[in-house]
Amino acid sequence: MSEVSQNGGPLVEVREVKKYFPIRKGLMQREVARVHAVDGVSFAVQEGETLGLVGESGCGKSTLGRTIVRLYEPTSGQIIFQGQAIEGHGARQLRPLRREMQMVFQDPYASLNPRKRVGSIIGDPLKIHNLGNAKERKARVEELLETVGLSPEHFNRYPHEFSGGQRQRIGIARALALRPKLIVADEPVSALDVSIQSQMLNLLEDLQTEFRLTYIFIAHDLGVVRHVSDRIAVMYLGKIVEMSPAEELYVRPIMPYTEALLSAVPVPDPDLAAKRERIVLEGDVPSPINPPRGCRFHPRCRYATQVCSEVEPPLVEYGSGHLAACHHPLNVDAALASAVEGSATGS
Amino acid sequence: MAELLLDVRNLKAHFATEDGIVKAVDGVSFQLERGKVLGIVGESGSGKSVTAMTVMGLTRDINSRFDGEVLYKGKDLLKVSDAEMQQYRGAEIGMIFQDPMTSLNPVYRIGEQIAEAIRTHEKVDKRVAKNRAVELLRQVGIPNPESRVDDFPHQFSGGMRQRAMIAMALSCNPAVLIADEPTTALDVTIQAQIIELIDRLKDDFNSAVILITHDLGVVADIADEIIVMYAGNVVERAEKRDLFYDPLMPYTWGLLGSIPRLDRPRPDRLHSIKGAPPSLITLPQGCAFRPRCPHAFDRCMEQPPLENHVDPPTHLDRCWLDVEYKRAHRGDTISGRTEAA
Repeated sequence: MSEVSQNGGPLVEVREVKKYFPIRKGLMQREVARVHAVDGVSFAVQEGETLGLVGESGCGKSTLGRTIVRLYEPTSGQIIFQGQAIEGHGARQLRPLRREMQMVFQDPYASLNPRKRVGSIIGDPLKIHNLGNAKERKARVEELLETVGLSPEHFNRYPHEFSGGQRQRIGIARALALRPKLIVADEPVSALDVSIQSQMLNLLEDLQTEFRLTYIFIAHDLGVVRHVSDRIAVMYLGKIVEMSPAEELYVRPIMPYTEALLSAVPVPDPDLAAKRERIVLEGDVPSPINPPRGCRFHPRCRYATQVCSEVEPPLVEYGSGHLAACHHPLNVDAALASAVEGSATGS
Repeated sequence: MAELLLDVRNLKAHFATEDGIVKAVDGVSFQLERGKVLGIVGESGSGKSVTAMTVMGLTRDINSRFDGEVLYKGKDLLKVSDAEMQQYRGAEIGMIFQDPMTSLNPVYRIGEQIAEAIRTHEKVDKRVAKNRAVELLRQVGIPNPESRVDDFPHQFSGGMRQRAMIAMALSCNPAVLIADEPTTALDVTIQAQIIELIDRLKDDFNSAVILITHDLGVVADIADEIIVMYAGNVVERAEKRDLFYDPLMPYTWGLLGSIPRLDRPRPDRLHSIKGAPPSLITLPQGCAFRPRCPHAFDRCMEQPPLENHVDPPTHLDRCWLDVEYKRAHRGDTISGRTEAA
């Protein structure tokens, strides 16, 4: 089955994936509402590519990441990994796939078992998958420790003996242990200090080249995402509202939400910061239990008109792989906008 | 010259622990005038929070030792009794903490918590205090404050909780507001709102602000003066523009170069400061940054003083390197195009 992906198809593809969480109340635990965490997301990631997922907290980016590696079962939609649909797989069927896709978590304090030694934290995946004998596994763990910039002597230490940055390296070594193809990294640097953060970003970049890894990189920091990504998807309330090649998104944002997000990022340059127009979004992200009708961003959007509160804009392409879902696209000339709109309503 | 509110002179805060003496703050000085914003920048463990908490008298403990002076309007706060400190805390100097979830009491209504702060310092009845709380919530931009005042903290979003914290900190109209990483736990869009709010309230309340952060982008926006801390010491101190356009301490360069910046072309590689910050129990000999500094030389085995080496006399740095050498060599680090060895 893996031949399919070697023939040039994407490594992983999601089609109209939805993940709802039920809210239950009362004695009978009746379902009273649903959190629309991920609400119809489609994209494909090529081998060796890094896709950045950005958005504010609660936009569903982490849920999407976890659904892709099948830590969650999607409510509906398809997840295709190396040409194989895996959305309905049970635990047993998933096990061989776990070798191919791994996850790096945000909090290096919570994601390592404090009662296990580094050697078994990194080595247990090998044991579970019956790879090698004890001696070979130890050699592999020591090799991994070196790969991520730690020393093989750390084998017998406990997580509490390490700093935050070192712990995150352990988390990365664990993810690498089974030589996966895909790594979903959920805010891997946001808990770290700036000087450590840049070490980690450089390390992730090196590992990608060395092992031909594919990353889905989830972060809220637009600077970090731009640095690591080939393509970026912006999420808002469970939907992708814009997706584009990395640089393009920063030069020419089409969706007003992206524009506002970019303008809110503080710039370490006082003169530029004073000159720059900052779009301060009013209020908070609305509840994903009851997302707004029409365009989900319209209550906070400064360009919103009547149509935005009634019709949900589709995600359409504006050329060179740049997609956006908006009734009032920015940085797009009128001719292109009407052409795109025509094709969208025609389809 | 505006009124000098806070004059911290050679402040030291050391803590005795089982492993040895932690020199969390080791000789920090700064002045704060009315209407100004002082930014304190540094990584975790640099002593920036302990400096602020010591000013507030929150680090007083049987195991702590202080030295130096914290002069608030000429009065040394390190010398006043705990009871007297209560009079200053909240009323004269207000504080906002990083995590608005853990710094609000989950079992009391927002309004009660703000009213309590008011009634601690002023003899007013409950109704007056509650009306003041409503007014404060309105000033910090909580929609519908008349009804939200009776909400519990869990009914507020992260950004609203931080607004409520700010309302509480401002409830007694303090002259100095200390904000310790007020936006770190928030999304960028909310961060922009809160920073703008702090800046506006500083003018409305005619107060001064100490803004503690690890994010140079945040201070680039609203600070007037900035101090950069490393391992319990101030390593550079300057007016904002001088710090960003003529940074003199290699650690400051490293911080600037480590940020993936949206205002510059994407570098192939980010600069990274090698290694990790030192232990505050066994500091390296000489300059604390020496083991991580790519420009260190023999003289760095001796601790450099915080001195002025360049034109504006307000610009101080703690480094032995020659200014011209530094100006010639810092570019690579800051623009992030080369790797530290």
